[in-house]
Amino acid sequence: MLRDKNRSLLPVLIVAIGVALTVFLSGYLRGVMDDVTDINARFETGHVKIMTRSYAENKDQLPVDLAILGVDSLRNSLKKQFPEMAWESRMRFGGILDVPDASRNSRGQGPVLGMALDFLTPRTKEPERMNIPNAMVRGRMPQRLGEILVGEDFAQKLKIKMGDQVTHFGSTMSGSLSFKNFVVTGTVRFGMAAMDRGTILVDIRDAQTMLDMPDGTSEILGYATESAYQDAQMQSIATMFNALQNPQDEFAPVMQTLKQQNNLGELIDYSAKMSGFYVFIFVMAMAVVLWNTGLLGGVRRYKEFGIRLALGEFKGHMYRSLLLESVVVGVVGSVIGLFIGLSGVYYLQAYGLDISGMMENSAMLIPSVIRAKITPDLFVIGFIPGLLATTLGAMLSGIGIFKRQTASLFKELEV
Amino acid sequence: MAIEEIIRLSEVTKRYPMGETEFTALKNINLAFHKGEFAGLVGPSGSGKTTLLNIMGSLDVPTTGEAVVLGQHISKLSHKASAELRNRHLGFIFQVFNLLPVYTVYENVEFALLLQNMPAQERKKTVYEALDWVGLTALAHKKPDKLSGGEGQRVAIARAMVKRPAILLADEPTANLDAANAHLILQTMKRLNDELKTTFIFSTHDEKVMGYLGRIIHLRDGCIELDETIKNKPLQR
Ligand SMILES: Nc1ncnc2c1ncn2[C@@H]1O[C@H](COP(=O)(O)OP(=O)(O)OP(=O)(O)O)[C@@H](O)[C@H]1O
Ligand SMILES: [Mg+2]
Repeated sequence: MLRDKNRSLLPVLIVAIGVALTVFLSGYLRGVMDDVTDINARFETGHVKIMTRSYAENKDQLPVDLAILGVDSLRNSLKKQFPEMAWESRMRFGGILDVPDASRNSRGQGPVLGMALDFLTPRTKEPERMNIPNAMVRGRMPQRLGEILVGEDFAQKLKIKMGDQVTHFGSTMSGSLSFKNFVVTGTVRFGMAAMDRGTILVDIRDAQTMLDMPDGTSEILGYATESAYQDAQMQSIATMFNALQNPQDEFAPVMQTLKQQNNLGELIDYSAKMSGFYVFIFVMAMAVVLWNTGLLGGVRRYKEFGIRLALGEFKGHMYRSLLLESVVVGVVGSVIGLFIGLSGVYYLQAYGLDISGMMENSAMLIPSVIRAKITPDLFVIGFIPGLLATTLGAMLSGIGIFKRQTASLFKELEV
Repeated sequence: MAIEEIIRLSEVTKRYPMGETEFTALKNINLAFHKGEFAGLVGPSGSGKTTLLNIMGSLDVPTTGEAVVLGQHISKLSHKASAELRNRHLGFIFQVFNLLPVYTVYENVEFALLLQNMPAQERKKTVYEALDWVGLTALAHKKPDKLSGGEGQRVAIARAMVKRPAILLADEPTANLDAANAHLILQTMKRLNDELKTTFIFSTHDEKVMGYLGRIIHLRDGCIELDETIKNKPLQR
């Protein structure tokens, strides 16, 4: 059977192509989703995030007036209760950045989106988590209060130089006007549209001063220090935390997992479904192609089986040999396909695919370089369709063996 | 002299469902064959020749009536038993597409013996013997698509004969052959019939075939019209 090169080559090829596509798409999807998850976790959602109940409901408006107060004691108790997590205050706020000239007249100004994080605590992980060292274009990171990083594009537009003084206008927690002067020490470009439009970065303490909420923050993000995002673990932490809060109090803190925020859960589940869907489609398509091309049961094989029946071979024996043949084809095809598919995934993992051009206007936190990811289950994902398709194909044509009437043999063979 | 009766059909009727109604392909056929016959079923298209061969070959069962082949009641055989009967005792030659295209000539002939689990040494000897009968030992390792039509049919004969079946059923074996090849095939079969006492039953339209037959059964509309035994040694053109 297997000596028949022509007959085995095409099904092997079909299986290989199908498996390669399945593996590649799954790996690609996996990589994209992991990147999306990772980036969202780093920049926005944390592995878990704590907000007040009403802030959570209106978070798109960045309602600093609904911020968490008593942050220090909250963070201390969090550290005690969940020592495996790192807890970090972050704040986002809107405002206007004004760049004065030498005579202190406005040289230009523009709306900015402020991000406040911990730059100044010794050994802080936050700048690294937000990839700021790599995002730096000019200058250096803030090293004391009153220093600020601005987006490179924004800086260019307003011709900001390192060491320039800028003024941020915004409103305090209680709604009155606030302004604060900063010294620009560096510029950043993250390579993500959502992060590169008028972003400024300041230390969390400066933001607290500016917004007049010394012990407040809008968000506390939690990160598992030893591992990547694990949904079950984060969910149990959130459940434990939320159980202790007063459900009536609209300023009580609530904890949400990454999956509960920004529809990421839907996105992740959707991509998992898509992945399963790809596999399903490929299995079906390959099975049908294999079946239809007659490689596992078409006219040629049909006649062959007719002759073998006439020669006195048992149907069961024939069915088994057909299945065995298909398993071999499936395995060989899957191995080849896996190799091709994984090579493709590896290429994307190593070199990435730059889609920043397509993503210029996206408000989502989407990486501008797509990278695929090789994970162990890709091997499984590769083998399932390959084997399933060939066996399914063989079984479909095998039904023909059993259903066919031996009587019609001579008829069919006459043609 | 009592010659062994190897096929007996009693009141064999075969009906095929045709939409609402039924189509009767064979009507009350009574027929017997004896060991060593060289017989032919002759009749116009649709007269039931193939249907009759199918039943005698245990590839089909009669709707009513009895078919006994080598002492076995065809209607009562299990799948396995009828496969076994075909494998051990019946040989088939079809009009076209006789050979498994992926195997060599040798392997095609060997196939039936493999199913019988014959030991390798004996198998090889037996296969070459069969190829020798049809004069094709030289082509043993060719693939079927490299053979001419006549050579292909000779391989089919070797394959059918290699297990020394009691009965060889051939449905229009010469229909696709030119005259020279047809005669060669028929002479080969006649010789095997003489030497091995195999019973040959053909279906045919072919005048050339009829010249070799020792018995001609004329079928028309599923009935036996005439069953003539040719007494004289068949003329060979
Ligand atoms: N499986 C079947 N279903 C329905 N009708 C059938 C079937 N097989 C044969 N018939 C019908 O039975 C009749 C006899 O068919 P059969 O094949 O035995 O004829 P034949 O003598 O071999 O003809 P030919 O010389 O064309 O091969 C035909 O009319 C055919 O249409
Ligand atoms: Mg016919």
